[in-house]
Amino acid sequence: MSDIAPLSFQDLILTLHDYWGKQGCAILQPYDMEMGAGTFHTATTLRALGPDPWNAAFVQPSRRPTDGRYGENPNRLGAYYQYQVILKPSPPDLQELYLGSLKAIGIDPLLHDIRFVEDDWESPTLGAWGLGWEVWCDGMEVTQFTYFQQMGGFDCKPVSGELTYGLERLAMYIQNKDSIFDLAYNNATADRPAITYGDVFRENERQMSTYHFEVADTDMLFDAFKKATAECENCLERSLPIPAYEQAIKASHIFNILQARGVISVQERASYMGRVRDLAKGSCQAWMEKNGWTA
Amino acid sequence: MTDFLLELRSEEIPARMQVKAKEDLASLFNDALAKAGLAAASVETFATPRRLALIATGLPLATDAVSEETKGPKVGAPPQAMEGFLRKAGLTQDQLIERDGVYFAVVEKAGRQTADVLAEAIPAIIRAFPWPKSQRWGAGSASTESLRWVRPLQGIVAILGDDVVPCEIEAIVSGTATMGHRFHHSGPVNIGNAGDYAEKLRDAHVLVHFSERCALIRDGAKAAAAAAGLTLVEDEGLVVENAGLTEWPVPMLGRFDPAFLEVPQEVIQLTARVNQKYFVCHDSAGKLANAFVCTANIDAHDGGAAIVAGNEKVLAARLSDAKFFWEQDLKVALDDQAAKLAQITFHEKLGSVADKVERVARLARWLVEEGIVGPCSPAQAGAQPANNDSSDKVLDPGLRRGTQELADQAERAARLCKADLVTGMVGEFPELQGLMGGYYARAQGETDAVADAVRDHYKPVGQGDDVPTAPVTVAVSLADKLDTLAQFFAAGMPPTGSKDPFALRRAAIGFLSLLLQNDLRGSFKDMLLATGAATSFDSLEEFLVDRLKVQQREAGVRHDLIDAVFSLGGEDDLVRLLARVNALQTYITTAEGANLLAAYKRAANILKAADGVDAAAPTPADLVAEERALLTALDTAAPNAAAAVDAEDFEGAMAALASLRAPIDAFFDGVMVNDADPAKRAFRLGLLARFRDAVHRVADFSRIEG
Repeated sequence: MSDIAPLSFQDLILTLHDYWGKQGCAILQPYDMEMGAGTFHTATTLRALGPDPWNAAFVQPSRRPTDGRYGENPNRLGAYYQYQVILKPSPPDLQELYLGSLKAIGIDPLLHDIRFVEDDWESPTLGAWGLGWEVWCDGMEVTQFTYFQQMGGFDCKPVSGELTYGLERLAMYIQNKDSIFDLAYNNATADRPAITYGDVFRENERQMSTYHFEVADTDMLFDAFKKATAECENCLERSLPIPAYEQAIKASHIFNILQARGVISVQERASYMGRVRDLAKGSCQAWMEKNGWTA
Repeated sequence: MTDFLLELRSEEIPARMQVKAKEDLASLFNDALAKAGLAAASVETFATPRRLALIATGLPLATDAVSEETKGPKVGAPPQAMEGFLRKAGLTQDQLIERDGVYFAVVEKAGRQTADVLAEAIPAIIRAFPWPKSQRWGAGSASTESLRWVRPLQGIVAILGDDVVPCEIEAIVSGTATMGHRFHHSGPVNIGNAGDYAEKLRDAHVLVHFSERCALIRDGAKAAAAAAGLTLVEDEGLVVENAGLTEWPVPMLGRFDPAFLEVPQEVIQLTARVNQKYFVCHDSAGKLANAFVCTANIDAHDGGAAIVAGNEKVLAARLSDAKFFWEQDLKVALDDQAAKLAQITFHEKLGSVADKVERVARLARWLVEEGIVGPCSPAQAGAQPANNDSSDKVLDPGLRRGTQELADQAERAARLCKADLVTGMVGEFPELQGLMGGYYARAQGETDAVADAVRDHYKPVGQGDDVPTAPVTVAVSLADKLDTLAQFFAAGMPPTGSKDPFALRRAAIGFLSLLLQNDLRGSFKDMLLATGAATSFDSLEEFLVDRLKVQQREAGVRHDLIDAVFSLGGEDDLVRLLARVNALQTYITTAEGANLLAAYKRAANILKAADGVDAAAPTPADLVAEERALLTALDTAAPNAAAAVDAEDFEGAMAALASLRAPIDAFFDGVMVNDADPAKRAFRLGLLARFRDAVHRVADFSRIEG
């Protein structure tokens, strides 16, 4: 890459924080709930609605129970980290800003082939869609780049630009590693070698895969799904969109575990997703109403 | 005369949209010119990921002055009509012209500057542009009425001659400045006029000609493979796609671990092509090599080593995923996979895929046991058609054993044919359905016939695809399509208009191709009934005959002749139907056939006008020679035609009809049908009825056009 040592996983995050902080983003913390992607964070979902400008960046731990591989697959994880940037309205030089961030983490665009390849984004569970690209670096998708058009079924007015970096992939690229688990998590010191991503997370992957695929109590989960949906509706009746939305996030994650357990048939799948979408849309609608915004 | 350049620069336009966008830009532009009374000598369009452009040459500087005439009221029309006309035209009555008793308003329109026309046309073209998907962006998107474009629009270059055509759309103001390559060039590129557009951009590392980039990729990829002693597997779709992803394409060869070649080569090719847009290569023996060609968008300052290394790593990760699926799938018996199909819905009204498999297995066996699909197809054996009622009795024991074996294989293949839908590999690459099933079946020791049937049972996929001929494959493929057609029609879900969500037209074409190309004999109506989906299939039968006409049109078979044979009602063996139609078409296009058709139509008209025709009317004693000749000819021709049809000797049937041609012509020439004598008239009408009936042994000539 360059003469200087490649960034460790944690320095990659710190560098992005520094870069986007300087662009005027509020550097937020992860949302403290299990969710499938950074887009679920209220800083993205709810803030993408309404007219107010909003610029934020944060890391979001993302849980994908079905992608778990017991820590055996060098490219797949049941839990990983997304770096999210949301800029509203989307600035005219968003692509340039993004490319600036790649340079900041050590990717030289005259040495590496950076490409914007069509990839339209849709989240059926959030009732959201947008147009954009997956950004390729030498053929590897490193970022999802989206102009949100709708969220929770509502037109985005104005449109936000959303960047989602796959941190592990970027780090593998920068550090030239073939396995996620071999990534340097921090930096070596004089008397201590760097710890690896595997040192930190491999056991989590093993245990969580076992839990999601083999152990999770499905009766309890079906019950929890029902309770979360009921609680969401309860909150909506009291015009509390944020707690309502948290219950939607909860229901979505429970659904994902049930999927991993293989107990949701294809027929049922669509109806569960529709259920979660209704909760998310209801929460977005309540959020619009609470703020006095019209569709 | 002058030239015009328009460039609409945006963030990256999806590769798949660029070719169509060029065409759309040209047609919108030409329409706008035509509306203003202008035309260009030539219009050329350009597309790269970041720009859509057009150069028009030979444009006049201004439009011609025109005088437009509008027709008004007649002289002496009511005053209200005149007032209304004058108000609309903005004229007074003395300014009107009178001609032939009608008033005309004449408006002289001065010529317009072409620059003004274009300044107006550009924003209109942008707003009307038919992108398949478009978006809003930026601060302007606070309104949903804001400008939409495929991706954010960044700039407009509009130059007529050497001057900017000033226009503005949503704060984007036209000018002369564009941008060069995203990474190879910084700062604006100023264009002087249409003539230097391509060269200025070339200097800024952008090749604006789509075809030039295609050629570079095509030739460069071939050369990169050749330099490694390999042959590129050419793929024009990939050439175009990569041209849509690059402004400065640089093809480069990379390698992957030969251990991945264990994975079926279709998988490697698919993941390379679809996921990564790479070409693959063959070695000198024509086998897939452990190499690929990617197309970068830069001349990297290390010669591309880092790019190749990066792409190699990505492909390796993808291939190791594929290898993982391959190895995992091989550990599970297909029968165990098939059991999981109970969890997959075929259609909410039609049960699970497991239910469908059960139906297909039963039907495939039935097709064999009924002798419709034989151990070797009639087309291969040159056998006489089986007469289904008696086939069991005449089968020799060896053939019967062959039939049982074939029925067992067909049922076995049908039970496995959908099992790959739940494998990891097909989950990842749905387009490999069938193909993977074939690999897994062979790997678990199924016979080649069964494995081939699993692999090929989706074929033929539409017109022009290979039609299976192996008996086991034919049985399973036919059963699969029959079941789909019968089930969806029985459940009241036929295709409507342009909507065919279950691809039933394709299934019908597949069904027909399998029958016809393999000479499969039997009643297609019985085959439909054997599905058990319903007790009658009127609309599906009609649908299949319609599809047959569409399919046969390409082979030059006339649809009216298909109707003429089919409408007789007795023919539901489609192979025989087509043989009859072909014989009929050969005959009817001869002069003799045309004459017979004319005579038939004449007879039919007379019969239609008559009331009460009795073919058995008594024969008068005093027959004229023409009557006697026709009578004699009919006595021979009618049974001959019928016998020939029964023996499937359709040329013979035509010959029998041909023997009627001279007598019927002579009859019409020498005899007056509507004789004053009611007995003679009745007899002559009866003769014509017999003539018509004889013709109908072969085809209903009233359906024949011309």
